[in-house]
Amino acid sequence: MSLWQKHAIFEKNSIILTVGIVVVVAIGGLVEAVPLFYLKSTIETVEGMRPRSPLELAGFNIYVREGCYNCHSQQIRTLRDEVERYGHYSLAAESMYDHPFQWGSKRTGPDLARVGGKYSDAWHRDHLRNPVSVVPGSVMPPYAFLERTELDFRHIADDMRVLRATGVPYTEEQITRAQADLTIQATQDDPDVDGFLERYPNAVARSFSGRPGRITEADALIAYLQHLGNQVDFKLYDNKANIR
Amino acid sequence: MAHNTQQTHGPGHGVGHGPEVDPVTGATTTGHEWDGIKELNNPLPRWWLWTFYATIIWSIGFWVVYPSWPLISSFTPGVIGWSSRGQVAGHLEELREQRAAMTSRLDAASTEEIRNDPELLSFATALARPAFGDNCAPCHGAGGAGAVGYPNLNDDAWLWGGTLANIEQTIRYGIRSGNENAHVGDMPAFGRDGILQRPQIVAVADYVRSLSGLPVENQGNLTTGAQVFADNCAACHSADGTGNRELGAPNLTTGIWLFGPDRNTIVDGVWHGRGSVMPAWEGRLDDTTIKALTVFVHTLGGGE
Repeated sequence: MSLWQKHAIFEKNSIILTVGIVVVVAIGGLVEAVPLFYLKSTIETVEGMRPRSPLELAGFNIYVREGCYNCHSQQIRTLRDEVERYGHYSLAAESMYDHPFQWGSKRTGPDLARVGGKYSDAWHRDHLRNPVSVVPGSVMPPYAFLERTELDFRHIADDMRVLRATGVPYTEEQITRAQADLTIQATQDDPDVDGFLERYPNAVARSFSGRPGRITEADALIAYLQHLGNQVDFKLYDNKANIR
Repeated sequence: MAHNTQQTHGPGHGVGHGPEVDPVTGATTTGHEWDGIKELNNPLPRWWLWTFYATIIWSIGFWVVYPSWPLISSFTPGVIGWSSRGQVAGHLEELREQRAAMTSRLDAASTEEIRNDPELLSFATALARPAFGDNCAPCHGAGGAGAVGYPNLNDDAWLWGGTLANIEQTIRYGIRSGNENAHVGDMPAFGRDGILQRPQIVAVADYVRSLSGLPVENQGNLTTGAQVFADNCAACHSADGTGNRELGAPNLTTGIWLFGPDRNTIVDGVWHGRGSVMPAWEGRLDDTTIKALTVFVHTLGGGE
């Protein structure tokens, strides 16, 4: 019996077959995934990316909780029509602090990778409350409860600690001040806003839900949406050097 | 295992001594049997097998031509130097060149010249229509008819002015957008901030309704309302209620309502204030597109 005939061993022993499958899949995974962790060219060097502020992180958590990624992608692909419609294609660096990443694989709604600043807070409020009031053909369900639900951010510092364990560079100061920073960002003209902006450059602090004095889940989600895709300074980004 | 010694090779040899041959097809069996059904050991069709080998050889060609294998500090780039980012850069450059004949003329012309030149106008419209759909329609509606809180662009009522220059300024820098050149000026929260008491606000709401000839619930409110209006509202909306475009204060006498004419909506607006935001599009849209959108919005109906 030649070596070629030995496959009978795999066919007759389920354990050996299982081990064989694991070995083959692991090799595929090692070749495809592992290099992404050590190759320097995987993530571009950009100016402006910072870890999310506590309020934006709370919004991110709501985005994940509500399964927004089931209908909205966050990746502008390197295709002409996508760049024409949504703006510069997404960079790996723009989702390097996302755990889990929100690239998505389905677009029932539009891509949201650069939705930040595209619409007013009032539009987001109207749209979350009742999507068809501003987009007549929309099939998105209403999320009116978000503006009626007080944001529970007792554990936001713990969330940041977990992210730090996965490599997001939160400082000790950012973590200890998390709850206070969240309140500052959700408040119009807070007196301590300067310190907050030092910790989170280019963040915007205001009442995103338009109801000063309350911090709701809508505040967090709108703060998150309004910062999507406008962090990287594309004036300083060298497109040609990063073609690969 | 079932036996049929007549069908095995070599007399006297049982199963397991050389392949068993199926009498109907003449093919050997694999020796596997389930409830009397035996598996024939037919070879794969030649054409299939050779096609399979060919795809393996083809993949080696791919490794050579395209980026593929990871290395220690980089990856094999492939001999033709292809990348998806390089490809989209090329496609965008092609698009730019294809449009250049007209975009360069748009760039060189003023918005007035584009408005008056049918050829340029038709190109500007073609450029603006999809940009309007992508960027403006979510608030102003697919046809520019607006919605509650989002102005109608088809009529001739303009909050911040309807000339080409006004429209371009608004699109480029936005309204209360945070851009340093944006239109600014909020309507104060008269109720929330304690400037006016609720009865005063209800009275002024009745008065505001009377300005455009709407029926008033409580005629007795009009005198108080007029006084409250003169003291608090006239500074921006002007004494006769015709508004002030410098401040984006709407004309209250036209019967055109951004948020609605009912008394509760007016009371709500005076209580909480108003200050709608339009984003600045400079930076997000290029200059040519902003110019095209300016002319397009001007042609929608009410351009001044």
